[in-house]
Amino acid sequence: MATELLLAASFQGLIQQIAFGLATGGLFASLALALVLIYRAMETINFAQGEMATFTTFIAFTLFTSLKLPYWLVFPITIALAMVLGVLVERVVIRPVERAPVLTLVLVTIGLFSIFNGVTGLIWGYVVRPFPSPLPTSPILLGGVGISYQDLGLIGVSTIVLVLVWLFFTRTQLGLMMRSAALYPEMSRLLGVRVGWMLALGWGLAAGVGAVSGMLVAPITVLDPNMMGAILLYSFTAAVLGGLDSPVGAVVGGLVVGVLLALVGTYIPHAEDLRVAFGFLVIILVLVFKPGGLFGQAQVERV
Amino acid sequence: MAGLDRRFVGWGASVFVLVLAILGPLALLGKFTTLEFSYVWAFAIAIIGLNLVIGFCGQISLGNSAFMAVGGYCTAIMALRLGWSPLATIPVAAGLATIGGILLGIPALKLKGLYLGVATFALAFSVPSVIRHFDAFTGGSQGIFITGAGKDPFGLVNSGQLTSEQWLYYLGLVLLVAFFLFTRALLRSDVGRAMRAVRDGETVAQAHGVNLTYYKTLAFALSALMAGVAGSLDAMATSYVGPDSFDVTVALALLVGAAVGGLGTMVGPIPGALFYVWVPLYAQQIYKGRPDIAYGVFLILLMYFMPQGAVGGFFRMVGLRDRIRQRLVAAPEPAAGGTAQTTLSSRGLAPPRVDDPVSGKK
Repeated sequence: MATELLLAASFQGLIQQIAFGLATGGLFASLALALVLIYRAMETINFAQGEMATFTTFIAFTLFTSLKLPYWLVFPITIALAMVLGVLVERVVIRPVERAPVLTLVLVTIGLFSIFNGVTGLIWGYVVRPFPSPLPTSPILLGGVGISYQDLGLIGVSTIVLVLVWLFFTRTQLGLMMRSAALYPEMSRLLGVRVGWMLALGWGLAAGVGAVSGMLVAPITVLDPNMMGAILLYSFTAAVLGGLDSPVGAVVGGLVVGVLLALVGTYIPHAEDLRVAFGFLVIILVLVFKPGGLFGQAQVERV
Repeated sequence: MAGLDRRFVGWGASVFVLVLAILGPLALLGKFTTLEFSYVWAFAIAIIGLNLVIGFCGQISLGNSAFMAVGGYCTAIMALRLGWSPLATIPVAAGLATIGGILLGIPALKLKGLYLGVATFALAFSVPSVIRHFDAFTGGSQGIFITGAGKDPFGLVNSGQLTSEQWLYYLGLVLLVAFFLFTRALLRSDVGRAMRAVRDGETVAQAHGVNLTYYKTLAFALSALMAGVAGSLDAMATSYVGPDSFDVTVALALLVGAAVGGLGTMVGPIPGALFYVWVPLYAQQIYKGRPDIAYGVFLILLMYFMPQGAVGGFFRMVGLRDRIRQRLVAAPEPAAGGTAQTTLSSRGLAPPRVDDPVSGKK
């Protein structure tokens, strides 16, 4: 009897951990989605994606504290500002090296990483601050598993963002133009698509999605200039796991990484600190054994 | 003639700089500056290693700070637990870091370009948390203070013949010169040519019989070795290692240093290391901030205007003048268009925006 109870309890515990994992996975999913958007537009990874998200989250913080705006107003304003920021960054910083070798692009976005991190610290300081959440952290019971409204919100928001991005790219003219600009720049240009601006819009969109992830992360951790460091790493892991060129892969990858980390944290003793290293391990394993990720296409080199 | 002159000038300049470096701490430099220079030497060694793997072998490796951590912690732990002289720990640090480099090299063989960058960046990120986790061994968040880090096993410091700053300075300088000469000889040999072939096109290199596995692993191993030695020297100069001694900022700084000096140039790492040590100081004075912003701005500006680094750009300008002179002497007529074009592209302004005519996609 006792063992059966224990089994049931541990099974319940397992489901509970998976639920937690899915919620944190939602955080990784949205930032991974931002990474994938830029990868699809120009086949590079924006190492600064997380720091840009942190920067915009601090802007949201200022909107709360200085202007005393309500949450439902701050959320869209921040996303809009983030999109403007993304477009500006592409136009000003990335454009001169748009078609440079991978190494140059990587180094430039690493430079951006450093700048955004430093500027955020310079403006708002390295003091940790609380960030409001629109949803209460009180748990509700779903089939015997406790999950907070906030966690449900995380899963919900990342799903909504994915659906919106998908609708944008498949159902709107602008979305189609952006896809064609990324895939066939020369032909798109002939057909009147302004390819350069499409790239900039891609950066804007990614920054907007990143801003969402920043505002989701901040209430859970705390707001500080380095808050996205580990999240960026897990998002890399998620994006690589799902396939760098697949938006669906990014979200699925994010959720899987979230669950994996929750399980590692629970079932491997004292592994809390090792979660970051675990992310690194997953990246290496995926890249070695399935370089295309779960949903992506493997990289093919042309001579 | 011009080639001979330049070689002569190059030798003269090297000897002059070396003499200056040897006499410096005795005649010119104060205690603090001497210690700062020992950081410069340490970082120059690390940047030579990074330059070898990125600049010459073309592998986007962003995680060399991890191997510095291996070196630094090896020195600290052996000095603390086993009572070894810090000097004696350097070969062990180098060996352990090399093993780490080979271990990273195994998966890295399968990763290309961007993917390798992501994986190694993740490695750099995970260093502090791994160090914190194994706190019984590494001292956790508190780190390890190394007593007697500035002492040599020969008693020169104890007997007052050298200050501990001077000892660390000369130790770093000797190692730097040794690694510089070693790397230079390596790159001038067939090994160097093979590595450059890997950088310029793996498939082509392989078709010409270059063993990719061997040369990539070699580049990773050597670069990790140098990072390990640098980490060890850094730990000795600081007398302390902590989880954040070798975090992502260090990885970034190494990259910036390599870019400043010029990826794929031989002398680049030295000015790159000078940059690494002094920019944070000036950054502090100018805007009381951490050096991050300055690093980022420099990195981006360098990528725009001097993709081959400040030093590389300078030498190219010198070389360009020679070439123009030669052309003017030999054939003045067709030279005009040609030189104009070289000037533009050599300034590194905006790489040519040529789309793939077939599909526009790789």
